[in-house]
Amino acid sequence: MQKKDIEDQLKELQKKLAGLKDQVDSEERESMLPIIKELEQSADKLKVELYRKITPSERVQLARHPNRPTTIDYIKYLIKDFVQFHGDRRYMDDLAIVSGIGFFEGIPVTVIGHQKGRSTKDNIKRHFGMAHPEGYRKALRLMKQAEKFNRPIINFIDTPGAYPGIGAEERGQGEAIAFNLYEMSTIRTQIISIITGEGGSGGALALGVADRVFMLTNTIYSVISPEGCASILWKDSSRAGDAAEALKIDPNNLLQLGVIDGIIDEPEGGAHENHEGMANSIKEKLIITLEELMQYDIDDLLEQRYNKFRAMGQFKEA
Amino acid sequence: MTNLFPKCPNCGATQFNKILIKHLYVCPECNFHHRISSAFRLQITIDKGTFEEIDKKMKSVDPLQFPSYEEKLKSSIKTTGLNEAVVCGTAKINDLPVVMVVMDTNFIMASMGSVVGEKITRAFELAIQKELPVIVFCGSGGARMQEGILSLMQMAKTSAAVKRHSQKGLLYISVLSHPTTGGVTASFAYLGDIIIAEPQALIGFAGPRVIEQTINQKLPEGFQRAEFLLDHGMLDKIVPRPMIRETLSNILEIHKSSSKKNKSYRIEQYGLK
Repeated sequence: MQKKDIEDQLKELQKKLAGLKDQVDSEERESMLPIIKELEQSADKLKVELYRKITPSERVQLARHPNRPTTIDYIKYLIKDFVQFHGDRRYMDDLAIVSGIGFFEGIPVTVIGHQKGRSTKDNIKRHFGMAHPEGYRKALRLMKQAEKFNRPIINFIDTPGAYPGIGAEERGQGEAIAFNLYEMSTIRTQIISIITGEGGSGGALALGVADRVFMLTNTIYSVISPEGCASILWKDSSRAGDAAEALKIDPNNLLQLGVIDGIIDEPEGGAHENHEGMANSIKEKLIITLEELMQYDIDDLLEQRYNKFRAMGQFKEA
Repeated sequence: MTNLFPKCPNCGATQFNKILIKHLYVCPECNFHHRISSAFRLQITIDKGTFEEIDKKMKSVDPLQFPSYEEKLKSSIKTTGLNEAVVCGTAKINDLPVVMVVMDTNFIMASMGSVVGEKITRAFELAIQKELPVIVFCGSGGARMQEGILSLMQMAKTSAAVKRHSQKGLLYISVLSHPTTGGVTASFAYLGDIIIAEPQALIGFAGPRVIEQTINQKLPEGFQRAEFLLDHGMLDKIVPRPMIRETLSNILEIHKSSSKKNKSYRIEQYGLK
């Protein structure tokens, strides 16, 4: 069945359902309930099917959906007694990244994440989640602090990429990202990174050198934006959909390539429809993963972390 | 296929190729440092006959079946005579042993895919094993788009290898040539203990055009050039091409006795504690 057909069927069903629910008065309701339930179940099935047929460019749109939960939302659902910390102690506080400490299920943790805004005004303040060097340096400062106090680190990744601007270059955007990768490879505490929206290039990786990296179903992780790739490749950024497909930026492909460690299912309709449901799935995954990682001796953990990234890439030797 | 009268991409002056070679491909008119091949870079940097290449036969595959990548690889191999965009091995500079890594922008702008990442990682691992300093001549357009996420991961992989090398107390000198941009600046290029650049080299994370489009204003004169970065504290030194060998040799000499294992040697030699 084609995607369009499923969409049409779903619309038809939902119309019928709405009509039924409106029509039946309270007395008839009892007898109608099984029918309504059956229709609802068929609608759910169609939704799931529709979900599977998501095209790469639709996934890009979902990953960028303005109502997706942000780092601050996840902190609200998952972290008790959260204390936010600011600044890199070098230049300024970059609001494109938020960070702090609190309890996750009774364990003290450090939480760091990109932060997109909800309103235009908020987005301008936060540069749409695109960090300057000071953002990555703040993140590293907090990670070193976590190392000192043996706190696991939870990173939420959701960024179009590192901010492309004059100040960012003057203050060493490349150096800031490079130094995070370098230091994170040997930070002596557990690191878990979750891609909750857009995993945009170096700006994403700067929080992504982790013992475990997970992606939510409707997210992307890519070396370049599909638009950027299309404009380089075909001199036509409107072919972003084709580029998204060619770049293989969806969770399933990335799992196969060995770049991520797992996929966290989004609630029906996507994370933007149900923040709390999404947070709960993340919570479950975090609990299992932390339990596992905290068993390892820290030197073994670092060896595993090194070997994991060491093994990434494909080549041949004649 | 050598062009007998190459034109300077900076000032447009044409020169006899013979004269340019004599000037190490630095334009006699405007001092612009042309891009040079890895072979020429080795020739002007290391002691003659000391280069022992490693991983020479490593080749790229096309992991994503990316549009026209395979053809691009084939034609690059044909035109450059190289298998990939980086050449690695051991060598000597003024008799001092080093691991040399030279990127070659003639090969798909020396963008970093799996092979470039793997070869650089192995070079650092070899240097750890042999307790040698590493010198990397950078020059690259960034991560190789055609290998998608695997290219991005080479940034993490190489950076982790640099860290291990550093933890052994070993020296890493990064030399940035024109242009060094994107994912390469955001990984090993900017992780040197000492970072040197050639004059006027374009060095930056984001491309100038992307920045211009984002901020919607003209970029300042000299933006992202080596001189600009030196002013902003992002480089140790700018060294003209004819002086690079000498500068490297000098730095290597100063670090000769620096490794932890050589502490006793240092005491003997200098009477220092």
